[in-house]
Amino acid sequence: MSASIHRLPAPFDHAPIEIVERRLPWGLLALLGVAFVLLPLLGGDYWLNAILIPFLVLSLAGLGLNLLTGYTGQTSVGSAGFMAVGAFATYGFLLREPGLPLPLALVAGGLFAAAVGFVVGIPSSRIKGFYLMVTTLAAQFFLEWVFVKFPWFYNHASSGTISAPRLEIFGHPLGSAEGRYLLTLGTVAVLTWVAVNLVRSQIGRNWMAIRDMDTAAAVIGIPVERYRRLAFAVSSFYLGIAGALWAFAYLGTASAGSFDINRSFQILFIIIIGGMGSIAGSFIGAAFISLLPILLSHGGQLVFGGSLDAGQVQNLQKVIFGVLIIVFLIREPEGLVRLLAKLRARLAVWPLRF
Amino acid sequence: MSTHAPTPGEFILEVNNVSLSFKGVKAISALSFRVRRGEICALIGPNGAGKSSLLNVLNGVYRPDSGEVVFESEHFRRIHPLEAARRGVGRTFQNNALFKKMSVIDNVQTGLSRHMRSGFLEQAFGLPRARREARAFREQAESVLEFLELQAYRDVEVGSLAYGLQKRVELGRALIAGPGLLLLDEPMAGMNADEKREMSRFITDVNRDLGTTVVLIEHDMGVVMGLSGHVVVLDYGRKVGDGTPAEVQANPDVIAAYLGTVH
Amino acid sequence: MTFFLETLLGGLLAGTMYSLVAIGFVLIYKASGVFNFAQGAMLLFAALTFVTLHEQGLPVVLALVLTLAIMVVVALIIERAVLRPLVARSQITLFMATLGLSFIIEGLAQGLMGAEVRALDLGIPDVPVFLGEVMISQFDLVAAATAAVLVTVLALLFNKTRIGISLRAVADDTRAALSIGIDLNRIWQIVWAVAGCVGLVAGLLWGARQGVQFSLSLVVLKALPVLIIGGFTSIGGAIVGGLIVGATENLAEVYLGPLIGGGITPWFAYFLALAFLYVRPAGLFGERAIERV
Repeated sequence: MSASIHRLPAPFDHAPIEIVERRLPWGLLALLGVAFVLLPLLGGDYWLNAILIPFLVLSLAGLGLNLLTGYTGQTSVGSAGFMAVGAFATYGFLLREPGLPLPLALVAGGLFAAAVGFVVGIPSSRIKGFYLMVTTLAAQFFLEWVFVKFPWFYNHASSGTISAPRLEIFGHPLGSAEGRYLLTLGTVAVLTWVAVNLVRSQIGRNWMAIRDMDTAAAVIGIPVERYRRLAFAVSSFYLGIAGALWAFAYLGTASAGSFDINRSFQILFIIIIGGMGSIAGSFIGAAFISLLPILLSHGGQLVFGGSLDAGQVQNLQKVIFGVLIIVFLIREPEGLVRLLAKLRARLAVWPLRF
Repeated sequence: MSTHAPTPGEFILEVNNVSLSFKGVKAISALSFRVRRGEICALIGPNGAGKSSLLNVLNGVYRPDSGEVVFESEHFRRIHPLEAARRGVGRTFQNNALFKKMSVIDNVQTGLSRHMRSGFLEQAFGLPRARREARAFREQAESVLEFLELQAYRDVEVGSLAYGLQKRVELGRALIAGPGLLLLDEPMAGMNADEKREMSRFITDVNRDLGTTVVLIEHDMGVVMGLSGHVVVLDYGRKVGDGTPAEVQANPDVIAAYLGTVH
Repeated sequence: MTFFLETLLGGLLAGTMYSLVAIGFVLIYKASGVFNFAQGAMLLFAALTFVTLHEQGLPVVLALVLTLAIMVVVALIIERAVLRPLVARSQITLFMATLGLSFIIEGLAQGLMGAEVRALDLGIPDVPVFLGEVMISQFDLVAAATAAVLVTVLALLFNKTRIGISLRAVADDTRAALSIGIDLNRIWQIVWAVAGCVGLVAGLLWGARQGVQFSLSLVVLKALPVLIIGGFTSIGGAIVGGLIVGATENLAEVYLGPLIGGGITPWFAYFLALAFLYVRPAGLFGERAIERV
C-alpha cells in the first residue's frame, strides 16, 4: 500500500510553498528569564513556598489533564490518583535505589503513572464517553485505597506518609525554597515545551479530531482507540511527575489523602476555568486557583473588618468556584484564556486605530 | 488478500447484490451496479432511498446483510473504515463530519493521518524526521487549499465558516491523501446556484486532473446532468435506473419513482 | 448460613438507600437528560436544613414541611439559573455544571449552618429485629419501607396523573411533547421539585445513618454504579441496581475483603459497574442508544 503521499500533479503542484517558520518568541524568553533568574533572587521564601511552587505544580497537573480532557475530549476525574502513583513510585525509586539521580527518579515515577494510565484507558474500546469517566472514578478510589492499604508503598511508616528524600542534582542540594523552586520550574518548562510540540504535531491534531468527532476520525484513518490510550498514558505521565513534585517540592510529606477525589476535582476546575484545549489555559487556571484563597482572605479582612476564619474562607471559596464554573460553562466555555484573548483583541483596537 | 498490485480493471467498484436492513426495515435491496474507473457516477433517488446507507456500506461503516462489494478487484462484504481509507477510499458526509474546533488547514491535514510515519518521541521532541514530515504535510495541505481556493480561510476555525465553505473543506480533507475513489454525500446540499457551480467545477477538476473516480449523492438533476456521465437511481433501496443521464431521465420507472417532480 | 443471609439481607436493605439516591437522578435524567451531580449536595442541604431548624426549636413536623418547601424553592432556582441556559450542551458540560452547583450548595450549606458533624435523630430505635435467626437492623427496614412507599407514590404520579403522563411524554420525545402543547419549563420545574423532595427523604435517612456531614455529598458518586447497572432512565432499574450494588458490596466486603486487606467498599461497586458496562452498555433496564451516522 502507498507509503508516500500522492503529490497533487501539475498544474496544481508548485514549487514548495513558503512556510514561515515561527519567529523566536521574545516575550516568552523574557518571561523565562524573569522566572529562572529574577524570581528566585527577589522572591521571599513565602512567595516561593506557598505560591509559586504550588502554582507551577498545579499548572503541570492541569496541563496533563488538559491533554486528555481538553485536547482528546476524554473527561477524567482520576487525576489525583495518577498523581499519587507518580509520587509513591518516585519515592520508592529514590528510597530503594540510592544512587539514582533525581531527574531519572522523576521520569521513572512518571512512567509508572503512564503505565497505570494506559491500563485505565484500555476499556475505551468497549466503554464510551461518559462511562469512560466512571473508569477514571474507579481508578481514583482504587488507587487511594492501594496507597493506604499496602504499607510497602510508604515504607511501613506508621503514619502512612512519605517524606521528601534528600533532593539534589549532581551533588547540589535542592532542599531550600530556591532549590525546590528551580527544580519545579525546570521540570515544568521542559514538559511544557514537549506538550507544545505534541499539540502542534499530527498527533495533537489526531487527538483533537477524536475530541471533535471520533466517528469521522475513525473513517479518515485515525486509529481512535490507540490514540485514546496514548492520551491516557501521556496525561498520566505528566500527572505522575506533578504528583511527585507536589509531594516533595511543595508539601514535604504526603499521603494517599493528599491525592483524594477533591484534588481531582480541583485539577478539573483548573482547566475548566483556565481553558480546555489550551496550554496557556492550564497555567491561567492554576494561577487563579492558587491566588484566589489569598485574595479572599485579604479581601475578607477588608470587607468583614476582622479576617474570616479559615473555614469560612474555604466555604466562600467553594461557592465562588462553583459560581465561576457555571458562569464559565454558560458564557465562556473556552475559559479565561479565551476571555483574555478577547480582551486583548478589544484593547488592540481601542481607541480605534486605522 | 493478494499481495501483488492488481491489474487495474475497467471497473474500480462493483456492488453485487447488496442488501441491508435496520430493525426489519430494508434500506437496500439486492442492489447491483458497477462504476467505471475515472467516471463521475451520481446516485439519485427520493429521500430515504438508501443512498447514504450505500455509501456507508462502501466505506465500511455499515455491514450489509448479504452481497459483496468489489473495490480494485478486492472482494469484501465488510471492510473496516480504517482499511477502506488505507486502500484509497475518501469520503464526505451529509452533515459535515468536520472537526469543528480545529482550523481549516488542521482539518485538511488530518486527512493525511494514515500516512504519518514519525513516532511519538520524534514528535514530542521535535526531532528532524518529525519536522520534515510536518513540513511535507503542511505543504500538501497548502496545495489542496490552493486547489480549492481556501487559502484565505487557512487559520479560521471551521465551525465558524459558512456551510458551503465547510463542505469544500471536507472535500479537501478527503482529497489530500490522493484517494482513488471519492464518495461524496450530497456535496452541494444547502448551496445556492453560484456555489453549486463552483463545487461542480471543483469536482470536475478533481476528476479530470487527479483521475479520481467520484461517486456522489445528489438531488439537483441539473447538476447531475452536467456533472456526471453515469447515473444510478434508487427507490426504496432498489435500483430503478442505471445509465447515462439522458437514458435515466427518459426511463418511465424513474419518472414514476419521482412522481414526475424532479427539481 | 445465617451469617450469609444476614450479610445478604443487610446489603439488600442498605441497597435501598442507594436506590433512593439513584431515583432522584433518574427523575432528572429522564426529564432533562442531565446527570445531576448536585443531587448529593442537595441531600446534604436538605439534611442540614432540617437539623438546623429542629435545633432552633421547631417541632419535627414543622421543620419537615419547611425543609420541603425550601428544597422545592432551591430546586426551582437551580432549574432556572443553571439548567435552562445550558439546555443544548453536551452531557459532560452539564455534568460539570452540576459539579459546580454542588460546590455552591456545599459552600452555602456549611457556611450558613456550620461544618461539624451533626446527629440526626429520626426516632428509629437502634434495636435489631430478628427474622428467625437472622438479625436485621430496624433502621434498614424503615429505610426500605420508606423507599417502597416513595416508589409507589412516584409510580402513581407517573401513571395516573396528567402531570405524570406529560412527564413521560417529555422524557420520551421532547419535540413531540412540545408539539402537543406541553409546557417544557413547567415539566422541568416539577421534576426538579420532585427530585428535591426525594433528595430530602434520602438526605434525612442517610443523615440519620451516618451523621450529617460533608461526605454525604459524596454519596452521590455511589449512585453512578447503581445507575450504570440499572440504567439511567428507569426507576425500577434504580431499585434493582441499588439492591444489586448494596448486596454485592456487602458480600464482597465480608467475604472478599479479608483476602486483600479489607475496606474495599469505596471502590468495589465501580468495578462491578465497569464489568456490567462491558457486557451490557445500557444497563439492565436502560434504553439502547442507536447510533446513526
